[in-house]
Amino acid sequence: MNGVMTMLLALCRRDLALAFRQRAELVQPLWFFLIVISLFPLGIGPSPHMLQSVAPGVIWIAVLLSSLLGLERLFRDDYQDGSLEQWLLSPLPLPLLVLAKVICHWLVSALPLILMLPLAALFLNMTSAMFWAMLWTLLLGSPVLSLLGAISVSLTLGLNRGGVLHALLLLPLFIPLLIFATGAVEAASLQLAYQGHLAIIAAMLLLALALAPFAAAYGLKVSQE
Amino acid sequence: MWKWLHPYAKTERVYQLAQTLLPWFAVPALTLLSIGVIWGLAFAPADYQQGDSFRIIYIHVPAAMLSMGAYLGMAIAAFIGLVWQVRTAFMAMMAIAPVGAVMTFIALFTGAAWGKPMWGTWWVWDARLTSELILLFLYMGVIALYGAFEDKQSGGKAAGVMALVGVVNLPIIHYSVVWWNTLHQGATITKFERPSIAPDMLWPLLINILAFGLVVAALTLLRLQNEILRREGHRPWIAQVLTGKTSSSNAKGPNHAV
Repeated sequence: MNGVMTMLLALCRRDLALAFRQRAELVQPLWFFLIVISLFPLGIGPSPHMLQSVAPGVIWIAVLLSSLLGLERLFRDDYQDGSLEQWLLSPLPLPLLVLAKVICHWLVSALPLILMLPLAALFLNMTSAMFWAMLWTLLLGSPVLSLLGAISVSLTLGLNRGGVLHALLLLPLFIPLLIFATGAVEAASLQLAYQGHLAIIAAMLLLALALAPFAAAYGLKVSQE
Repeated sequence: MWKWLHPYAKTERVYQLAQTLLPWFAVPALTLLSIGVIWGLAFAPADYQQGDSFRIIYIHVPAAMLSMGAYLGMAIAAFIGLVWQVRTAFMAMMAIAPVGAVMTFIALFTGAAWGKPMWGTWWVWDARLTSELILLFLYMGVIALYGAFEDKQSGGKAAGVMALVGVVNLPIIHYSVVWWNTLHQGATITKFERPSIAPDMLWPLLINILAFGLVVAALTLLRLQNEILRREGHRPWIAQVLTGKTSSSNAKGPNHAV
């Protein structure tokens, strides 16, 4: 058990080091997020009330899209340079490895996105109640994005035109999360309780945490056939 | 379970089984479908409120039911394939998928055509419509994923995982759109007010539901046969099946499969 933990920690350190050395790949999804957010006021008009009413949906959709961009990084490099094959041969339990990689990926891609939330909230004229609700939904919901994304990335790994397909597979699966997350923020904007929504998102997170590593591990095995 | 499944891991056995079962599904399917459609579209009494336009129910409801039933069948096939490593289960899964997708499309299309005269709009973001649309997306995802793989065996495995993920997600999607819709909109024109339906109207509907089920089964069997022919073309027994009718007698004799 101890050996497994040290190996997983080493893996995390390696992933984080790699991520910080390829800084452009980290920053680009963040820029994409900001640009998508700023397109909406230009597209639908800058009226503060209108922006406030569409803000939850806009921010969440921008998060979904930019997380799609970032997810590509999750296994692709390891697949291409052959490290993935070595991990499959190693005695490490593959679902744990997937989980470790997903956590590292969340730290370097989703967390910066969440840190940019205040800026997006300013752009879209959100109230502070909405902001806090949005923060909670993002904290609980973005790991679900990474976990589900791991499944779809692992399934499309061996394909050379996997990019669009990956989006087609993944976006329908994000719909429940989108509905409950925006529902929570809208409830907050009306000064209503939104703990129920958060509880359901947390339930999704637990379900994804329990099942997604196994599905993604299977997908990785398929990719090596 | 394994004992029962094992013989059907061989494509030849499955091909022969599909061959024997096909008429048992196809003939009743066509008979019941013509009875149900003619009875429903021509002879069932018109609805007192909706007039004749309610008759689209005879296509819409069976298609909608089968769109979900086919997804379940696809997921069961995927599960069997992934757990017991049965190749033919993946073939069956991919045989069902496009049939189910077409059923979903029929349900959506007839629903839209029914919605226009009744609700005054082709589309509303009602819970049922939305979840049916997402069902179509899920079908398309599975089909596209399978199609993207060169190696159909790994394609089947990947699509199987996707189908199972979709089946986990399906109840979540269903309830999320139900709650999402009722949370903001309340009951509007979109509410399904179904009076307890008169027996004259009910019978053709039941016949059609059964007929659609049989049609889906028959199409699946046909597609399964084609899939086997396409993927197993290099096997000697395929040549026998395709060249001469003598193959039916061969199949009962000693096994020619490799």
